[in-house]
Amino acid sequence: MFAFLENPKFRGGIHAEEHKAETCDKPIATNLPLPKKLYIPVQQHVGKPAEPIVKVGEHVLKGQLLAYSQGTISAPVHAPSSGVILDVQDFPAPHPSALPIRTIVIETDGEEKWFKYAIPEKPFELDPEEICLRVGGAGVVGLGGAVFPSAVKLNLGRKNQIHTLLINAGECEPYLTCDDLLMQERAVEIVGGIRLMLRGMNAPKAIVGIEDNKPKAFKAMQAASTEFQQISVVQVPTRYPMGWDRQMLRYLTGNEIPADGRATDIGVVIHNVATTYAVYQAVCLSKPLISRVVTVSGGAVSKPQNVEVPIGTLMSEVLAFCGVENEKLARLIMGGPMMGEVLPHADVPVVKASSGILALSHEDIFEPEVKPCIRCSSCVTACPVGLLPLEMASRIKANKLDAAVDLGLKDCISCGSCSYVCPSNIPLVHYFKFASGELFSRQQREHKAEQTKRLAENRTQRMERIKAEAEEDARRVMEARAARQAAEAKAQEENA
Amino acid sequence: MNIKPISSPHVSSARRVDDIMKKVIFALLPALGFGIFLFGWSALFLTMVTVLSALFFEAVCLKLKGGAVESYLRDGSAIVTGLLVAMTLPPYAPWWIGVVGSGLAIILGKHVYGGLGQNLFNPAMLARVALLISFPIEMTTWVNVSPFFTGLDILESFKITFSGAEISDAITGATTLGFVKTGFSQAQLLPDLLNDYSGFLAFIGWERGSLGETSTVLILLGGLWLMRQGIIQWFIPVSLLASITFLSTLFNLIDSTHYLSAWVHLNSGAVMLVAFFIATDYVTSPNTPLGQLIFGTGCGVLIFVIRSWGGYPEGTGFAVLLMNSVTPLIDHYVRPRIYGRTRDGKPIEGG
Ligand code: SF4
Ligand code: SF4
Repeated sequence: MFAFLENPKFRGGIHAEEHKAETCDKPIATNLPLPKKLYIPVQQHVGKPAEPIVKVGEHVLKGQLLAYSQGTISAPVHAPSSGVILDVQDFPAPHPSALPIRTIVIETDGEEKWFKYAIPEKPFELDPEEICLRVGGAGVVGLGGAVFPSAVKLNLGRKNQIHTLLINAGECEPYLTCDDLLMQERAVEIVGGIRLMLRGMNAPKAIVGIEDNKPKAFKAMQAASTEFQQISVVQVPTRYPMGWDRQMLRYLTGNEIPADGRATDIGVVIHNVATTYAVYQAVCLSKPLISRVVTVSGGAVSKPQNVEVPIGTLMSEVLAFCGVENEKLARLIMGGPMMGEVLPHADVPVVKASSGILALSHEDIFEPEVKPCIRCSSCVTACPVGLLPLEMASRIKANKLDAAVDLGLKDCISCGSCSYVCPSNIPLVHYFKFASGELFSRQQREHKAEQTKRLAENRTQRMERIKAEAEEDARRVMEARAARQAAEAKAQEENA
Repeated sequence: MNIKPISSPHVSSARRVDDIMKKVIFALLPALGFGIFLFGWSALFLTMVTVLSALFFEAVCLKLKGGAVESYLRDGSAIVTGLLVAMTLPPYAPWWIGVVGSGLAIILGKHVYGGLGQNLFNPAMLARVALLISFPIEMTTWVNVSPFFTGLDILESFKITFSGAEISDAITGATTLGFVKTGFSQAQLLPDLLNDYSGFLAFIGWERGSLGETSTVLILLGGLWLMRQGIIQWFIPVSLLASITFLSTLFNLIDSTHYLSAWVHLNSGAVMLVAFFIATDYVTSPNTPLGQLIFGTGCGVLIFVIRSWGGYPEGTGFAVLLMNSVTPLIDHYVRPRIYGRTRDGKPIEGG
């Protein structure tokens, strides 16, 4: 009845300052000097970490498997260049905590010698299963930031009979242009990747959604896909967070994914555009995912640009290549400025999830003081999910986490639109992240308590069973003895 | 001072509380300027007294609470409150009415609740209603239109505002709403009561009334500009004005001798100011579009009801306060639909 109050295609969202002009017209730099050392974490994806199969001192070729995937949701990692395995050690991860994680260190030999994989002759005629297998084997994961193993998603799509493959080329985060450039320069390969995905999922059609602030990318993609009826390339308005999968899906199809479900529930699978390029490389050229295009930008770099970076390169080297001015650097971020994570320092490796490295200056992150909420409801208007950020924040402030959950805290996607518009500069997302963290640890604690209780119960049960068994045994022994005595007595009687 | 923790997002929009307040002040200026022009020096004095005392009370309250007085003073919210109080006062009201009004608005209307963003009632309306009840004479002495240089000179005006000089009956009269109400009580009927009424003059604001409320057109322009600037949304003004228009037209059609037309309603009293500047107050109105529609409609209906059947000729103040008091309730029950869920929060069906 009140549907008229809701924009059926796009709810909420913001127009953020784009800062894309700095990088979107420069070609992807492919001349980053090969680093002396590469640091490849075994976990760069959602799921179980990969298990190393190389030994220290071993020589590996470019593209060679370093660690294999473990379990159904996992992804392997490969050598980004040829060289010698120096160590398998704990090394700081690109994460706000920079906590060390298991990392394979390669000393490169500069020869860039490829490991020889067989290249399929007719990649577009491969069996769907075979395509998925190759995608999985190449370590392809979602490159939009979610880093979910792509093969798992393809298999899921095939099993669920989807009708549409949605390619998310929104790239709505400010500053980031790596997808834009990839489409401008490598549209043919991307379209190839889309065709392979369609085949891998037995899906009939694909829609590519590109924000209308990337006209060059749109043209290139259109030109590359004209001969393929099953692929349509469409422009979507530039409005953050258009690149939120569910938002783009609603915009393009008018459908929403159920809150408790997946895109496959309504017959759709969504992949990021950069992933399609990796799929193409994996299937057609048998090249595993060992490098990615990274946007390096921000007020503290003098040569902002997109760079093709081998996975495992230290960010400090990439920044140096782009002329970082350390005295201007106020904050280092992996990803975009809306959802990206702060990094404490740049001596962490580029991973599959690194779409951007932003060296922001003080002007970029100008932050006035936090004022009280004036209940202006700008945050309500901006929220793409339909939440009440101000109410959730006030509950969390009062330490009423459950009340915040009732208001929809768990549906929050941390997109940052609310914080962005708040005229009082209230760190709303910070509250939400904090609360989610609290809820998570609470759940963990409850889980643990539950387990302890179960263990204790098991123990009592076991003890009781043992006791009962012992009593039973004793009874049986007694009975047997009694029977024997009775029998003996009887025998004596008979003998007598 | 609050330190902002390092968390995404790392950029933010340029809009700040002070920008919002600046724009609201800017949007009020035409109507205020016109009011001062219309009623002369006294109006100017009264405005200055009211705004300055609003700032003074704000500073005192902030000081008592401890903390950064200056940065909060600069957010402009006290000026907005002072201006709104001034604009709803009779132009020849004595200085202490302005001071008491500002005091009520800032202290009772705002800081008693905990300051900016915490109050239940719109401070300016709270002050208006309290003044009206406490000082009915001062609050209903309406001076005739007397533009600068035609009315009292600066000295006489100064005496009126600051030393309680008698206001001669010759230069005062009733507002349209008051006149009609009195007329009804003397069994007079409508078309006759409005013999001297000019719909056009009412629209531009050339009539008796509160200091900054008379000019429909200038308030409307200010309000539309605020809307364009994205400071206010259309839900409250439109629903408020639409509900008054609907009800008054309906009753006017049924009995045109006892019920004023929509045009008179919309161009009288504080309706326009309330619709665009007071009912839209962020703090005291609901947060969702649907909630705001309910709120605006409620205000409109109550204004009409009080004006038509209540004891006061003008009902905006009471109407707004009443609706303010149900805002928490509206906000509790009216929530936006969450993505992937139905209005009552269950996941939508897949497939
Ligand atoms: S945007 Fe900020 S000030 Fe406005 S209602 Fe939300 S939290 Fe409050
Ligand atoms: S961060 Fe959460 S609450 Fe804020 S706008 Fe995004 S989804 Fe809504």
